Amino acid sequence: MKRDLIYGIMAEFASAQALVDAAKRTHEAGYQKIDAYSPFPIEGLAEEIGFHRDEVPLVVLIGGIVGGLTGYLMQYWMSAVDYPLNIGGKPPHSWPAFIVITFEMTILFAGVSAVLGMLALNGLPMPYHPVFNVPRFALASKDRFFLIVFSSDPKFNPAGTRGFLESLAPRSISEVPS
Amino acid sequence: MDEQYKTTVEAQQAPVIEPGYTFGTVTEKISAIVLTRPASNGWFLGFGIAFMMTMMMLYAIGYLFLKGVGIWGVTIPIGWGFAIINFVWWIGIGHAGTLISAILLLLRQSWRNSINRFAEAMTLFAVACAGIFPAIHVGRPWLAYWLFPYPNTMRVWPQFRSPLMWDVFAVSTYATISALFWFIGLVPDLATLRDRATHPAARLIYGALSLGWRGSARHWHRYETAYLLLAGLATPLVLSVHTVVSFDFAVGIVPGWHTTIFPPYFVAGAIYSGFAMVLMLAIPIRKIYGLEDFITELHLQNAAKVMLATGLIVAYGYGIEAFMGWYSGDRYDAFTLWNRLHGPYAIPYWALLICNIFIPQVLWIRKLRTSPIALFFVSGVILVGMWLERFIIVVVSLHRDFLTSSWGMYYPTRWDWMTYIGTIGMFLAAMFLFLRLLPAISIFEMRTLLPEAEVKAE
Repeated sequence: MKRDLIYGIMAEFASAQALVDAAKRTHEAGYQKIDAYSPFPIEGLAEEIGFHRDEVPLVVLIGGIVGGLTGYLMQYWMSAVDYPLNIGGKPPHSWPAFIVITFEMTILFAGVSAVLGMLALNGLPMPYHPVFNVPRFALASKDRFFLIVFSSDPKFNPAGTRGFLESLAPRSISEVPS
Repeated sequence: MDEQYKTTVEAQQAPVIEPGYTFGTVTEKISAIVLTRPASNGWFLGFGIAFMMTMMMLYAIGYLFLKGVGIWGVTIPIGWGFAIINFVWWIGIGHAGTLISAILLLLRQSWRNSINRFAEAMTLFAVACAGIFPAIHVGRPWLAYWLFPYPNTMRVWPQFRSPLMWDVFAVSTYATISALFWFIGLVPDLATLRDRATHPAARLIYGALSLGWRGSARHWHRYETAYLLLAGLATPLVLSVHTVVSFDFAVGIVPGWHTTIFPPYFVAGAIYSGFAMVLMLAIPIRKIYGLEDFITELHLQNAAKVMLATGLIVAYGYGIEAFMGWYSGDRYDAFTLWNRLHGPYAIPYWALLICNIFIPQVLWIRKLRTSPIALFFVSGVILVGMWLERFIIVVVSLHRDFLTSSWGMYYPTRWDWMTYIGTIGMFLAAMFLFLRLLPAISIFEMRTLLPEAEVKAE
């Protein structure tokens, strides 16, 4: 199992355009398990490496619905069921007065789900990751762009993949130890 | 024609970011403020003064806990006083941060990218200052948690039909969402600081806070979705918060409060004062830290235009209040109007009109809109004016309502002033720390503004 000693092979590019083009060609060459790293979001890059299912909106929708129901039912149960209080002769279940808190709870739950859902789907927080072993990867948060082919890819073989990445004219190529 | 018109307009406008920057130099310039630039004597002086003001606030609050709200100027009939005035003032200031970060994001106003970070920080600190006031105003602040619905031995629940209860939910949701929005926006920049810091402790702290962000394309995709959705959620939220704050007044039957113009006019006033605070912070920050290339004339102009527009909405609100005082035929409403213009608080009312309506009209002049000194001055005037507005709303309506036998006057005490000025100190102290510890301008969003960030599809 020599293969598992390598996490992947990483190529460095100098511009966003070069990274997008390289990602496209790598994906078209049949590589499935690849990833691209950039210091800012690049529109369309995720699609180029074969990412199509973003579940964040669904998580937020569910969070919002749960929040709204929680807000309304909480007020209904507390004011009309558990301890009905006569306030100014208003009915215990005075729904118009419950709208504001229902709305706020919807936003609260949806917003918290957006953040936690995004982090969970991204597998963050993750303080250690093999890509950090490449010294030049520190530039991925500044001005350099990286493309990696993971060793778990069915098409991966150290020499062949390296050769393919070299054909994309990168600035440098590094092996990522696992 | 369009193309030509566009280029002419563009040529006249100041750029969002001065030309000549690269990903590297933008990163360098913003992160250097945090990582390499030594703290100047000016910073220590400023922070020191702000810190002492914070201590003064803590002293005033400590004495309040010891003695009770009797040390303040609040008496019946004016039971609300400084605490509510300052609460509304601070929470309003916070609203500009959310407007810049969320609403302008949805409207694709890319100029927001260089001011959203510290505007959001401003929101957070302003909400923190605002939150102090209702908590210490409740009389027995150690029981303030009774406002939250939690299972208790008394088996009672909060009274959800009260606008004050709505306010608890609106403000705490607002504080939570603002903090999340701010932190999530910071994560990629914290990763930049982690990779660039040389001190091991700094690497460790920024590393832990960055949650192991590595800029993967999949991560960016979900990140942007979440960020956009948060902006979409924060937009109605921010409008609802000041609406609910205005309900605290408008749902009551006190003359001068019981009016439907309050929600929109409160929201406009909030954004008005918030942009004034943004400018009062941005103008010295860009000067001292040499960020004129990132916070350009365009930003100052745009902020001035927003102030001009919201200021006119506020003026319309005053106009409608006065009109309804006459048109409603309600003698108490009419008296409230007369009392504002001629009563014992006429001087603050006229000062409010001068500060909020007359002086800001100078922003119609292009030359003044682009002059940092003039803008700084006008912003200060607006902040004073908006504070006076809340003073008029709270005090003048309460001090003379339906029965002449229950009329009174309100005199703030030194403890009121110490608490209020102290929160300004706390706000500034937090801003001083923020400038030194976190990137004051969003680095990754600035990178997207550079021409080299553009990618053409094949």
